[in-house]
Amino acid sequence: MATTETKYSLEALPSLPKWFTTAVLLGSFASSFAIFIGARVVDESGIPNLIAVALLGWVLFMLVTFIASRSVEGPRKATDRMVTGLVSTAFTLAVIPLISLTYTVVTNGVARLDATFFTNSMRNVVGEGGGALHAIVGTLEITGIATLVSVPVGIMTAIYLVEYGRGRLKRAVTFFVDVMTGIPSIVAGLFAFTFFLILLGPQSAINGFSGAISLAVLMTPVVVRATEEMLKIVPNELREASYALGVPKWLTIVKVVLPTALAGIATGIIIAIARVIGETAPLLLAAGFTANMNYDPFNEKMMTLPVFVYTQFANQGIDSEAYTERSWSGALTLMLIVMVLNLVARIISRVFSPKG
Amino acid sequence: MSTTQPDKPKIVRRPGDIIFSRLASTAGISILATLAAVAVFLFIQAIPALFGGDIEEDAPDGPFAYVAPYIFGTLYGSLLALLIATPLAVGIALYISHFANRRLAQGLGYLIDLLAAIPSVVYGLWGILVLAPFFTPTYIWLNENLSWLPLFQGQVSATGRTMATVAVVLAIMILPIMAAIIREVFLQTPRLHEEAALALGATRWEMIKMAVIPFGRPGIISAMMLGLGRALGETMAVAMVLSPSSNVTFEILTSQNPNTIAANIALNFPEAGGDYRSLLIGTGLALFLITMVINMIARYIISRRAAFSGAN
Repeated sequence: MATTETKYSLEALPSLPKWFTTAVLLGSFASSFAIFIGARVVDESGIPNLIAVALLGWVLFMLVTFIASRSVEGPRKATDRMVTGLVSTAFTLAVIPLISLTYTVVTNGVARLDATFFTNSMRNVVGEGGGALHAIVGTLEITGIATLVSVPVGIMTAIYLVEYGRGRLKRAVTFFVDVMTGIPSIVAGLFAFTFFLILLGPQSAINGFSGAISLAVLMTPVVVRATEEMLKIVPNELREASYALGVPKWLTIVKVVLPTALAGIATGIIIAIARVIGETAPLLLAAGFTANMNYDPFNEKMMTLPVFVYTQFANQGIDSEAYTERSWSGALTLMLIVMVLNLVARIISRVFSPKG
Repeated sequence: MSTTQPDKPKIVRRPGDIIFSRLASTAGISILATLAAVAVFLFIQAIPALFGGDIEEDAPDGPFAYVAPYIFGTLYGSLLALLIATPLAVGIALYISHFANRRLAQGLGYLIDLLAAIPSVVYGLWGILVLAPFFTPTYIWLNENLSWLPLFQGQVSATGRTMATVAVVLAIMILPIMAAIIREVFLQTPRLHEEAALALGATRWEMIKMAVIPFGRPGIISAMMLGLGRALGETMAVAMVLSPSSNVTFEILTSQNPNTIAANIALNFPEAGGDYRSLLIGTGLALFLITMVINMIARYIISRRAAFSGAN
């Protein structure tokens, strides 16, 4: 119907109807599936390889769209449709792992997400039972210490860059903060380990504090970046008004600039926490792993949630099913923590963002 | 004389000001000191292995022959991941910046950013328990039908714990940061360039080809470098997924894969002691230097770009 109307319109070029894309999309995937079933290219359970079906369906879709568009709308419009198809494919391909990952972690993780999981450690547990309380406590303590170390350093560095810095030193700090964001996490772990190895000797180099230092190395540049961006958008008029009243520069920064940017800085810090709370490799080296409860970050090895996920998977006992289940539950807990942190950050930035 | 010339304003230096500014610049310098300390401490601890330590058992041909296959594995895996991720990242960035419904676009960008929020150990778990079995039939098919390509030759792995799976997992992990950077650059394309192209009758793709891509090319390159830096240092996903070995091969479907430096450290460090541990720290130093160089090049390109767009 739509085509007959456009035929008489003066300005509209001939074009394919709006439902065309959807119809061809459904049609090509359905016929691809039918072809595989019809040709009996299936595995034992009678289901064809889904990758092959998707690939053939996709090729069919692109081919039909291209030919139809070329004959009706001309080659330029046909190329345009091809690119639209490719770009949408790229986006879909990226969303598939996100859905698959969330689905598997949630379905596998809920099995052991019970009271025992949150109230027990893994001490003397072989096979079923046991929990991740020691890992959750360790994660909270280590991430907390890392935050206490990196936030003051990060904020002061940002203040230096925005309010005081000039010349070569400022450029060097800016550049190396950026470079530091790309430091491999395992190198941060090695650094903390070697640092405490030289400081305390091999017997006590691995402890919670050492893990916290490795996380702080990863976290500081993120805090600097976020704070710097926020300080930059504080209007200069506020600073000048404060100077005009005779307030010293440092008090201006503490009482005027920082409070104005506070919501943004808090958001940045929480995002930084969310980023390092899932780090595994540095904690594996610097904080180690243990089955026991340990509340003291300065002595003995300390378990953390990401390392718990890894060790439950990598060092399985006889009843391997129980270990894998605990591993999934740990992964689900970790993902929930990260999601909550991200949500809190968004709420803070929305509620407290300066209005007008 | 002082009445005819205006007094130079006297700068008042209050003690509070001095203390505060010193604190700030100390914090800034501490960033530089930390980076230097990383290199220095790793080097000090690597000395025993580098200069005649007792590493006969683990590295009979010396420390450099020991690390060479791991450097190869690190670079090879990361480059494969980059090869997969770059076209996808450009596609996603274009989709969000120029194709998606304007009202939806921000939410879609957030969806992609969620991929970056997932901890790497969870990617590892998913990679080995979901992705590897899922891809195995495809690997067998590729190995049987396309083995004239050197990439797909060799004894195909039955578990899917191959370099190919690792490359896919790494690609997914570096996708969000690459897509985010490219998207930002694409969104900065001068509106007038885009509208001029459209006014001349260009289709959306022709407009993108003429206005957006040329403008965003440096952004794509720096996103690639940053993505590469991320992939080089990624540890847990590789350590959990890859079936490791220390040979140098381009085959990506076998169970004999060159391990990466980071994964090799994670797998062996907890049990290592003495000069072997020192050797592993030495490989960590090599990884640190490689990623530093790549990140510095990336940042250099970005900073040059910033100056360039400021002049526009």
